[in-house]
Amino acid sequence: MRVQNNETMRVQSSKSRIEKHHIEDLVGRSYMSFCVLLLIVSIVSMVYFVTSRGISTFAIDKVSISDFFFGTTWSPEGDHPSFGALPFIAGSFITTLLAALIASPLSICAALFMTEIVPGWGKKLLQPVIELLSGIPSVVYGFVGLSVIVPFLRNVFPGQGIGVAAGALVLSVMILPTITSVAVDALSTLPRNLKESSFALGATRWQTIARVIIPTTLPAIMTGVVLGMARAFGEALAVQMVIGNAPFIPTSLFESASTLTSVITLGMGNTTMGSPHNNALWSMALVLMLMTFLFVFVVRMLEKRRSI
Amino acid sequence: MRSKKSWIMALALTSVLALSACGNNGGNNTAANEGNTGASSAPTETSGAEVSGSILASGSTALQPLVEQVAEKFMEKNAGVDIQVQGGGSGTGLTQVAEKQVDIGNSDVFAEEKLKDADAEKAKALVDHQVAVVAIAAVSHPAAGVDTLTKQQLVDIFTGKITNWKEVGGADQKIQIINRPASSGTRATFEKFALGTKTEDLPGSIQEDSSGTVKKMIGETPGAIGYLALSYLDDSVKTLNYDGVEPSVDNVVSGKYPVWAYEHMYTNGEPNATVKAFLDYFLTDEVQNGDVTELGYIPANKMQVSRDVAGTVTNK
Repeated sequence: MRVQNNETMRVQSSKSRIEKHHIEDLVGRSYMSFCVLLLIVSIVSMVYFVTSRGISTFAIDKVSISDFFFGTTWSPEGDHPSFGALPFIAGSFITTLLAALIASPLSICAALFMTEIVPGWGKKLLQPVIELLSGIPSVVYGFVGLSVIVPFLRNVFPGQGIGVAAGALVLSVMILPTITSVAVDALSTLPRNLKESSFALGATRWQTIARVIIPTTLPAIMTGVVLGMARAFGEALAVQMVIGNAPFIPTSLFESASTLTSVITLGMGNTTMGSPHNNALWSMALVLMLMTFLFVFVVRMLEKRRSI
Repeated sequence: MRSKKSWIMALALTSVLALSACGNNGGNNTAANEGNTGASSAPTETSGAEVSGSILASGSTALQPLVEQVAEKFMEKNAGVDIQVQGGGSGTGLTQVAEKQVDIGNSDVFAEEKLKDADAEKAKALVDHQVAVVAIAAVSHPAAGVDTLTKQQLVDIFTGKITNWKEVGGADQKIQIINRPASSGTRATFEKFALGTKTEDLPGSIQEDSSGTVKKMIGETPGAIGYLALSYLDDSVKTLNYDGVEPSVDNVVSGKYPVWAYEHMYTNGEPNATVKAFLDYFLTDEVQNGDVTELGYIPANKMQVSRDVAGTVTNK
């Protein structure tokens, strides 16, 4: 900043017609443009890179698109290589949906508790706890899942504890903070007069929450749920540690399965760049990226509906 | 609205240009690096024993701790040398050394096994330095009740023909396979030399990314079977004999126990003086009998048998 100021002074003295605020404006604008440019360059290059590698499975290795998306046999290093990615796509969707189903009611209740039921100490107590939850590294979640959830599921349910259920449970805890904080924001921006008129009409607190507050804020709460699902869909390490990673569509919740992210992290380091196995992993990365775009798109759609 | 669109288009165009520029820069950098190492190692040839320069190694995470430890010691002895050791996996190491991004590519498997088909040419340029041997043992949950398995029994278990421990003389307990991913070097070694065949992943089998997690899972899961490098074995899991042969260092050295593989450090072409000095130091008795043994590997120079890419074993 100081350098810029000095320069400004010098320029000012040599050309008196250019005012200081013009220079400031120019510097500010070019700095902002540079930042935006950098952002766009990095996004475009990422998309370009993942896409170019991702389509080489189909372009170079001649794997048919329907075999990739609907094939159920994953045997990239076998004598007859086969690249069916359906088990991973299915695994990702199953765990993500389950996690959202577990986490959404909990998060919405927590948010209601913090904003409607006990706005005072409830918020003071819960807010830091939830923020803490979002700061815990995913490897810690994975390790806790492996050491606590998996043995618990093994003792209570049939199977080895490892599987979709364990993955969904770990993920649901991980996406709790995302959904909760978005829901809290949505609830606290709700105009007071809506609530007050409901009470004035003689509605109880439960009736107000169920008939007025939740219906009006639903699009915003759904935004939180979709953001949470996006996080769950992209989470790799914690899921990989507890899901078992067998490349099959599971027939039970307690059977070893895989997700797109877990198969990528398992295979990426051990395959050589450009090999069909490696390319297939990039194609899955491309699928992940497109899914993220879809989630963002859905969030945008929901935000458009958000008019109170 | 119109001007906004053209602005965005312009940005997108610039970014594509910048992208291609980045590609060029990458190439220039590697070239510059090579120049540096070449230049820094040149004077050493005239001065004799002292070497200097920087070495970048990447690859196998199984070999990484050993290379790091030896690199520390080597740097203490040679103040002018800087060695960086990165992980990333055998595939990454081989790719990077083939593309000259690193000086040494660490790998659990022969380069020819990973760089196949279109990449076979790349493997030819690589020079193999076998620095240690790692042996792999089949292990089970302690309560499985089996001491030894034959090759055929192992094949039947890992292909899903045998699903209960009582079929191989153990407890009445369902067998739970705990595998490494299909691309893992440990799995490749186990399949090639213990089973003699590649196996498909079975429904319900579990795959874990690291040997540490595999050990934890086998120790905790009733009826579990898996395989681990000798350095990971302890009392939490039961080590199984293979065809009656105990997986011990002595049996590996004498060639009686067949499930072992070399740890490779590949260079692209013959190494320069600095890299060569480091690799030579790796093979001295001081390192082989010290660090290599200490970290649970078997010294490469102790082996009484040797093996080539095709798996043919010959007595030394």
